[in-house]
Amino acid sequence: MNRELTVVEPGPLTTVQDAGRPGQGALGIGRSGACDRAAHRLANRLVGNPEDAAVLEVTFGGLVLRAGTDVLVALTGARCPGTPHLAPTWLPAGAELRLAPPTSGLRTYLAVRGGVDVEPVLGSRSTDVMSGLGPPALRAGDRLPVGEPTLPLPGVDLAPVAEPPAGTVQVRVLPGPRRDWFDDSAWELLLGQEYRVSSDSNRVGVRLEGEPLQRGRQGELPSEGMVRGALQIPPSGVPVLFLADHPVTGGYPVVGYVADPDVDRCAQLRPGQGLRFSSRLS
Amino acid sequence: MRVLPSGSTALLVELDGLGEVLALYAALDEERAPGVVDLVPAGRTVLVVTDPGQTTLAAVEAWVRGTTPRPGARDAGERVEIPVVYDGEDLPDVARLLGCDEDEVVRRHTGTEWTVAFCGFAPGFGYLTADDGDWQIARRSSPRTRVPAGSVALAGEYSGVYPRQSPGGWQLIGRTELAVFDLHRDPPALLTPGTRVRFTAVTA
Repeated sequence: MNRELTVVEPGPLTTVQDAGRPGQGALGIGRSGACDRAAHRLANRLVGNPEDAAVLEVTFGGLVLRAGTDVLVALTGARCPGTPHLAPTWLPAGAELRLAPPTSGLRTYLAVRGGVDVEPVLGSRSTDVMSGLGPPALRAGDRLPVGEPTLPLPGVDLAPVAEPPAGTVQVRVLPGPRRDWFDDSAWELLLGQEYRVSSDSNRVGVRLEGEPLQRGRQGELPSEGMVRGALQIPPSGVPVLFLADHPVTGGYPVVGYVADPDVDRCAQLRPGQGLRFSSRLS
Repeated sequence: MRVLPSGSTALLVELDGLGEVLALYAALDEERAPGVVDLVPAGRTVLVVTDPGQTTLAAVEAWVRGTTPRPGARDAGERVEIPVVYDGEDLPDVARLLGCDEDEVVRRHTGTEWTVAFCGFAPGFGYLTADDGDWQIARRSSPRTRVPAGSVALAGEYSGVYPRQSPGGWQLIGRTELAVFDLHRDPPALLTPGTRVRFTAVTA
């Protein structure tokens, strides 16, 4: 009877994530944390954890776990067919949980009652793939300690929330600090086209394919701080949409920002999926 | 001061130069308003990150505009001495770029006081600017895939110390044994914004 989960197979990429390391940007330390924050919080609520407890962020399924003792788990985010979703579920000691690739969406969050209790680094258990802080990505054979529950079990058995869609996603965009480095035709091009999500996207950012934006203003920009949701325009003219592990500062102009609540939906975009930006704040 | 939008949770405050950045950052950091979760100084800007559940961007902008900068903060910064073995691979190139010999590069690098302007690129990587001298050093035309931890380097107007092995395009002039980033120290970064730095030449 060990309070731990054994990783039988990690899938393409599974990392431990919590609410990250906010407040250390001046030291060059990014926030990191779960890419889909709402899904991370919900998974914790379903098993009666504090909202910021550490969970597993499973990228495109493939994770196989074995329980060392009876544990209560909940899955949120991208639904893996064949596994209970958005509902707390008991996994008996010795049982295996296998996550199939999701049918839509990219990242599935697995919370365990008591939280994933690996050693924190600078106040967080999150893996930051950009800076290398936090535990390494999961490998076969890893044994993950499970913490002791601190809150009562919640009285919910199902969370009715919208799941990540398969088709083109539209998100709200606000002007960024360097909107004035681009003329109105570039801004209209940003809003008018459907971008395609590139396969070299990761936790740092969603890379896009589409018609390039022309800069109206040339010259060097001294590096400046940014937060997730930034739409940075590199010399190629095609935006990079930054996610949880974005660099603390960047030297290319940020033309716009995806409204913060909508960044969670961007974290569920799969390669090949369409993305549109809307300036209407409905 | 220009206050620029940075999405629904942050503001970017743009200033005229590094001195103003350090003065405003010191003042904002000293008396953080409720709901301000992070401050990120850079070369000409301070990013103010908020928790929208606790405050509004309008309230934070009013706080920033009402804060009196502390211009003396730069002189009051903590002082750090970094011993360097000046045997970097790019020392000859840097000497050529500065139009002097290698000993003169070392003399100039150790002869001025440096200030940590801001951190970025990697945890604990401080961008240091010199009080004296004209330091405009072009980056290497092809970046190295592996720069060893502790490498002391130059690029643009900045000097820096690589906290850990990483790729990098800066010109390497030496190395130090001093750990500039240590997870078991609080704060883990030695070179925090406003810290004053002296490099000293030591033999290997």
